[in-house]
Amino acid sequence: MREINEMLKKKVSELLENGTADRIIGWQAGEFCYDVTPAVMRKDNLDELFYNGFCGANQSKYLIQESLEEGKVLALLKPCDTYSFNQLVKEHRVNREKVYALGIPCSGMLDVDKIKALGITGILSIEDNGEEIKVATMYGDKTCKRTEVLQERCKVCKGKEHKAYDELLIPDEDAPEVPNGEDRFELVNKLEAMTSQERFDFWRGELSKCIRCNACRNVCPACSCRTCVFDNDNSGVAAKSNADDFEENMFHIIRAFHVAGRCTDCGECSRVCPQHIPLHLLNRKFIKDIDEFYGEFQAGEDDTAKGPLTAYTEGDCEPSIVMEKGGEA
Amino acid sequence: MQVNETNTVNTEEKEFTPLIVAFCCNWCSYAGADLAGSSRLSYPANVKIIRVPCSCRVNPLFILRAFQRGADGVILCGCHPGDCHYSTGNYYARRRMTLLFSMLDYLGIEKGRTRVEWVSAAEGAKFSATMNDFAATIHKLGPNRKLRDLRCEK
Ligand code: SF4
Ligand code: SF4
Ligand code: FES
Repeated sequence: MREINEMLKKKVSELLENGTADRIIGWQAGEFCYDVTPAVMRKDNLDELFYNGFCGANQSKYLIQESLEEGKVLALLKPCDTYSFNQLVKEHRVNREKVYALGIPCSGMLDVDKIKALGITGILSIEDNGEEIKVATMYGDKTCKRTEVLQERCKVCKGKEHKAYDELLIPDEDAPEVPNGEDRFELVNKLEAMTSQERFDFWRGELSKCIRCNACRNVCPACSCRTCVFDNDNSGVAAKSNADDFEENMFHIIRAFHVAGRCTDCGECSRVCPQHIPLHLLNRKFIKDIDEFYGEFQAGEDDTAKGPLTAYTEGDCEPSIVMEKGGEA
Repeated sequence: MQVNETNTVNTEEKEFTPLIVAFCCNWCSYAGADLAGSSRLSYPANVKIIRVPCSCRVNPLFILRAFQRGADGVILCGCHPGDCHYSTGNYYARRRMTLLFSMLDYLGIEKGRTRVEWVSAAEGAKFSATMNDFAATIHKLGPNRKLRDLRCEK
């Protein structure tokens, strides 16, 4: 990681020096070492730039605003971020000309909650070097295995190949492999196999935790409307917490529906949810259905292909297929 | 916004008559409903028709809203695939509704509560048969509870 950091700093200052871009979206440390946020940086505060296992934030969304500004912006894209980037370019939300995309390698992002769940608390600093994570705490030094504390989305990583870039920091072949291989639909399958009442109870349990902070929507690179339905003052559901369980259901059905066919499964929504609601299980249901009904589709694979909800074939299945194929009654 | 409490109590006591919302495309199904009426074919009086310009005008939010406001079943009727008056609207509607219905099922909402049928202007008989059948299905499923505010229920 230290090596990559040095390389990255060198490359970024080079690109800013020679005028390829005039600013960069990087990451900045927050209150705690694991509390990292994206930030726009220029030549003069570049030494604050770093990259580690807590730089999970997908920068693509910030490019919507940044690509409207003067000059070119340098974006650091991990392989999975490039899917979102492609999707935004395809939807004309990001002006490709105004972005210089530097592909950076990723060896999986870390979940601080999983570290804490191992009983490691009072965290002062975390050193992320390969297989082993060294954590300095108020109670002495601790270590844990990388594979134990990877984020959920990284365990089902889409691979180390960048789908869009102007330049790569290191060739994809030389990039580290993220230990993955889990089936991302495993839990979706499990839910489908439950009875209808069990599913209902499961989702009530999850969705009733929602405080309608809108973080899942705000962070989502696919949620890119200037004015969202949930900001419509006349709708009665704007800028307020869910008043009843209908509103909880509605918010989540519509949020997931609006990104269906465009969600790249980047996992940002689940990462930011303060209530730890497994939003990816809603998104992945749509992804799984789309794959089954209309053929395999990965949003953001390229920046041209038509999305499954903006296309059709005459022989598409009828909605009644849900009666036969849906989950257990 | 809120489900009317007295209303709920009343339906509890009385024999259950399902409230059904039918979104009908102006060009085919709405005309089909008209034909059913003028041919004196009957369909349940508690089927409330909402006329839409095309089946693809129906946004998933409309369906959820109908349930919120007290519908027990929601049906969408449009022109037969290939006959949409805007050429392709119903093809898009078909994909959207398939995904929406599947999601509702995934959330544990009974799958029979939503349906899509293609009914042309000449199919008055099909319209009335469809509505009678759908009403019977919903009657069997009972009142919609899961897509309402549960806290109003006893
Ligand atoms: S981030 Fe979580 S709590 Fe906030 S609105 Fe989304 S689901 Fe609800
Ligand atoms: S819905 Fe979640 S996983 Fe999908 S693109 Fe948006 S933030 Fe990423
Ligand atoms: S006009 Fe009837 S479905 Fe489009």
